[in-house]
Amino acid sequence: MLRRLALPVVALALVATFPLAGATFYTELVTKIMIMSIFALSLDLLVGYTGLVSFGHAAYFGVGAYTLAMLTPKAAAAGLWATLGAAVLVAAACAFVVGLFVLRTRGIYFIMVTLAFAQMFYFIFHDTKFGGGSDGRYINIKPDASIAGFVPFDLDRPLQAYYVVLAALVLVFLGLRLVLRSPLGRALQGIRANEQRMRSLGYPVFAYKLASFTLAGALAGLAGYLAAAQFGFVNPEILSWHQSGNVLLMVILGGSATPYGPIVGAFALTLLQEFFSSLTTHWQLWFGATIVLLVLFLPGGLGHLVRRVRRSLSGAGGDG
Amino acid sequence: MEPAVLLIQLLNALQYGLLLFLVASGLTLIFGIMGIINLAHGSFYMIGAYMAFTLSSLTGSLAVAMVLGVVLSVLLGLFLEWALFSHLYRRDHLEQVLLTYGLILIFEELRSLIVGNDVHGVPVPEMFKASIALGETMTYPVYRLVMSGVCLLLAAGMYVLIQRTRLGMMIRAGASNREMVEVLGINVNLVFRLVFALGVALAAFAGMLAAPVSSVYPGMGQQVLIICFVVVVIGGIGSVWGALVAALLIGLVDTFGKVVAPEFAGVAVYLLMAVILLWRPEGLFRRA
Repeated sequence: MLRRLALPVVALALVATFPLAGATFYTELVTKIMIMSIFALSLDLLVGYTGLVSFGHAAYFGVGAYTLAMLTPKAAAAGLWATLGAAVLVAAACAFVVGLFVLRTRGIYFIMVTLAFAQMFYFIFHDTKFGGGSDGRYINIKPDASIAGFVPFDLDRPLQAYYVVLAALVLVFLGLRLVLRSPLGRALQGIRANEQRMRSLGYPVFAYKLASFTLAGALAGLAGYLAAAQFGFVNPEILSWHQSGNVLLMVILGGSATPYGPIVGAFALTLLQEFFSSLTTHWQLWFGATIVLLVLFLPGGLGHLVRRVRRSLSGAGGDG
Repeated sequence: MEPAVLLIQLLNALQYGLLLFLVASGLTLIFGIMGIINLAHGSFYMIGAYMAFTLSSLTGSLAVAMVLGVVLSVLLGLFLEWALFSHLYRRDHLEQVLLTYGLILIFEELRSLIVGNDVHGVPVPEMFKASIALGETMTYPVYRLVMSGVCLLLAAGMYVLIQRTRLGMMIRAGASNREMVEVLGINVNLVFRLVFALGVALAAFAGMLAAPVSSVYPGMGQQVLIICFVVVVIGGIGSVWGALVAALLIGLVDTFGKVVAPEFAGVAVYLLMAVILLWRPEGLFRRA
């Protein structure tokens, strides 16, 4: 138990003390990565634990972000708690409605249909004036977190935003752990392993999948909200399919259905992109080639690699 | 709507639908027969269009460029199947998605390195520059009619290939039961390689045909890819006939959607897909 907790605790301590080193650029970079970690964790609930490969998860991220942008007045701050609740609810509602359609399909169909629905959201924001068109929309003033006059934190200060996002990440992580241990989570993993069996055991499989899809959408909406608050800007690209592909990559690269995999993936992928883009303007070439090689030679992602290495270090020992 | 306008829109819908069919038929065959989801399929369309641009400005003739382009794309298809896709048959869809996503990045970046990021135009061949008069004021470009004609010929050719030839028989058999065909002594891997190359060539050829009509621009492949996913979903995976019907349907909805409600034209196609999913989750022509 202690050995299992040691690594995460050290990692958390590192992340918690990191911004004290004082470089704002890196503080903001890690804030962004932690937001993507929340996003990746939400997707892993679908991909890793429910067995649903969604290629349109950016839609809910984008809906959460746009909810904040559209609720923020031009020259005043929006209330953080109300808009946060609204963003999560709207994202959950969108995921619920889309889930009603896409969960009727499976396999390759599911991948394509989730992508197509996400593209529909993209076109709604891109082609109509509704959300500011292809130019997007600015959030001039960051949401205000005051509760009845008391101000717990100020998102305008990078250091405080960093710890708010860190707290959100820890909460989402622990919340998902709880969900996965609950009867709901057990049922989802049962569906992933063998859907027929769960159905014959009398589980309402569709309802469980829909619950999972909606919850994942809500958490993606939370991540989108935080991203919009951090950047102060939204445009349709945040719900483009590149975003969906990126987050899927994080989950796989880190190792799906492992507790820390999506977080490791978010860090690895973002740092990899930063690294390549600092070397050359044509970094996507090297990035793409890295992905291709990883899939060919490292099935299962970094998480599984770590596990494999650890297992071979400790002989035929347990599962890390 | 005036009859002449209506006719023009119908012809546009037909031409767009048939073009989509060329890309989507390869996609649906690769899905249906090899069980592979190929996100990079749209890139072949983009590569085709860029080949039409580069090769026709080098050789001065679109026809020569097309012949060269088809040969090159078949070679590209054979190479990719050998180097990458043949390793994916027994992997799960997730890994296929990732690998082909990586391929898109590579193709787009190579395109940007070799040809740059500018938008290009390809001139319509001299032969087909004319327009046909429709009614008193309207005209319709001959090249678009030629496009539709060529697409129809190719569709007929595919029908003959799949339904009437020995190779087509192997393709159909391989799609329904791969192991059984292997046991019967047919080299399934070779069949797969040919089908993959055929799919690449069809998509690239669609890009070459479209180049003079739509300009050649970065990102053109991804737009086509996602619409082709919708085509495959509506038509049913693995069904070439379904792809044809679905592609024509989408051509109609998209073209007339742009006339009726331009702001929502982008969404109309996806709404159509949603309705069809409710009615038939496996697509219109899903084979058992």
